Amino acid sequence: MQENDIQFLEDSFKKYYFNHFDQIKVPERTSEREFGYQKFNSGMTRHISIKNDKELHLLLIQNVPSDVYCSNAYYTFPNSPMNEKDWKEADLIFDIDAKDLNLSCRESHTISICNECNEVSKNLTRCLKCNSSKLEKKSLPCKNCIDASKTEVSKLSEVLIDDLAIDRENIQVYFSGNEGFHVYVYNSQFQQIGSRERSELVDYISLRGAIPETFGMKKLKQNRASFPDFDEKGWRGRFSKQVFGSKSKRSKIITELLSNGYSSFQKMLDDVSENIGVKIDPNVTMDIHRIFRLPGSINSKSGLTKIHCDDLSKFDPYTEASFLSDDSVEVFANCPIEFRLKNKKFGPYTNEKITMPTFAAVYMICKKLARIA
Amino acid sequence: MLELGTDEFAKYPFLEGAGKILKDKGFPLSQFGTDPDLEPVVKKALHRLKVSTQGGIYKSDIVDGQASKSFVLEKEIFSFLLAIVLIKLTGMHTLIKRFALAESRRAENHLEKDLGKASDKSKIDLAIRIIYDLFNIDVIKENDFFKIPVSDYLKHSIDFHEREWKLINRHVENGKVLLTPDKTVRLIRKELGNYIISKITNAPTPPMIPGLENIVNELTSIGKDLTPSYTVTTGEYPPCIKHAIDILEKGENLPHSGRFMLATFLLSKGQSVQQIAPLFKNAPDYNERVTLYQLNHLSGTSGSGTQYSCPSCEKLKTQSLCFITSDCDNIVNPSQFGRKKNYARK
Repeated sequence: MQENDIQFLEDSFKKYYFNHFDQIKVPERTSEREFGYQKFNSGMTRHISIKNDKELHLLLIQNVPSDVYCSNAYYTFPNSPMNEKDWKEADLIFDIDAKDLNLSCRESHTISICNECNEVSKNLTRCLKCNSSKLEKKSLPCKNCIDASKTEVSKLSEVLIDDLAIDRENIQVYFSGNEGFHVYVYNSQFQQIGSRERSELVDYISLRGAIPETFGMKKLKQNRASFPDFDEKGWRGRFSKQVFGSKSKRSKIITELLSNGYSSFQKMLDDVSENIGVKIDPNVTMDIHRIFRLPGSINSKSGLTKIHCDDLSKFDPYTEASFLSDDSVEVFANCPIEFRLKNKKFGPYTNEKITMPTFAAVYMICKKLARIA
Repeated sequence: MLELGTDEFAKYPFLEGAGKILKDKGFPLSQFGTDPDLEPVVKKALHRLKVSTQGGIYKSDIVDGQASKSFVLEKEIFSFLLAIVLIKLTGMHTLIKRFALAESRRAENHLEKDLGKASDKSKIDLAIRIIYDLFNIDVIKENDFFKIPVSDYLKHSIDFHEREWKLINRHVENGKVLLTPDKTVRLIRKELGNYIISKITNAPTPPMIPGLENIVNELTSIGKDLTPSYTVTTGEYPPCIKHAIDILEKGENLPHSGRFMLATFLLSKGQSVQQIAPLFKNAPDYNERVTLYQLNHLSGTSGSGTQYSCPSCEKLKTQSLCFITSDCDNIVNPSQFGRKKNYARK
């Protein structure tokens, strides 16, 4: 990114941080957390400890970071090197990202930027100008992406509440600031489990690694009664709703499943898992030392803010998470895709000089689809 | 602390307090080498150990937790304690491991029977107490099942490789896992073994007991035969690593977790950072400085000094990086691929 683009982003971010201190609060048990931040075109600074909102605000104004992070883990010495921190426990965290949902809309709003010649195009395999395969992909998520991510958040909440007995008030959902949602679970029985145990939890939530026997299908001594009932709890219940469709079809479908055999059941189970398993990023949940984007901070991949979703169903990130100013700015834009922000339509632009509000210019510059004129 | 009777110690002789029974009887260890009256105990201890080295479970004289004569119960307890003394005299770790495994299996059978006794609440309570006292797992009985908090279940099942133990293949309800008596006990098998191992390891080694030298020599020789003498490797890469290399060679994007796997695997095979770095050249976001920094970090030459090891097969499955073939042969970590153990068994 060029110097004047960075300057523009830093100015815009600084203004946001200065005007929206109310939005940026340190999480509970602040002094046990590790904080970190990144600046544009620079590496990560981490192992920082912060005591209160005031110290955090000072850090933001002094450093104007591109991204700010805070650990989900609690440590005795959060500012020591990793192996001396003395890990105590960690909140459960989940990342749901539209890019992981295999949505058919993705291709229509994903573009590639060639690492060799900076050519922007909608061709996602090779650069049309220099034929290089080193392409960076950028997506401008659409309403469908956000709706599909919300569906995953709802599925996740259902499993957390119904199967794992998490209290609803201990689940907090945030828009990630780019293409998805971050879900936090506080004060659960899982606070102290390690990375490998969290990975098992991920497999449970995503319905991965299930064997036919779990859903009633056996290799030998097959028995119709071992198939799940329609009203059963947990994954067996969800499975039966998905596979049987209705109570009345259960018997007929079990007959079919039995006649198709064990290996065909396993294949069907894998398909069912793809459909009803919750699509969470396993690496995020498994990582017990992660510093995770701080709520209230700006995501430098978009210029949007990571904000709490009070009412997920009504939440619209493209109106509610854009806090940057409307001041006009002139940019060179090369953005082949149309997008909406704050109820205004922008693009497509083909290598043109245009004047637009700061919030939209920041969005495009963050996506590497524009630069300051 | 549990209040136990002799019959319970006969079933669970590794519990705190069993040694006291021996002390109360006033037998010094040296007496076992010379006293013909104690010979049956010595024979039993040796038998108990031999069965364990053959991978079997010693069959006790107690039937359904009961014995007609108190001496039978005492013989059970003493033979266990003496077996530990004999192992300590051999100083062989292989024997400790095998004996602990066999004894934990035996205790497992008793625990399972006690938990399954629907009519005998005191037996069930005892088994539940043992599980809580030794392993801190809160088990609640409900109808025919035992309910365990999911977090406890995960902590104890995490090293099981059979798929049926994955949480997804368990009955989960309201934050608890529902288990049958046999599965409840199976869950703590390894820890029961570890508990017994730690008991033996921490026990003091007595001086040689005159009269038991031949038995100790016999056990030492059995122990030597069980120790793997060398390992050979085929040198071929496992399918997950081949796949990762393929992806990079094609210039496609290998996720961070895949790069971590590849780098830690190659480091574990003795390759240097300089040898590994060029592999990542084709990655769409290749940056030499970052790659070297990360590789040095993984190898422990920079940062915290920790050398990172290759993730387990289980973890790689979760990350969609596993491409298992029959050649994997039940390994649990890619770094074990192609390794075959040779035993100098006669």
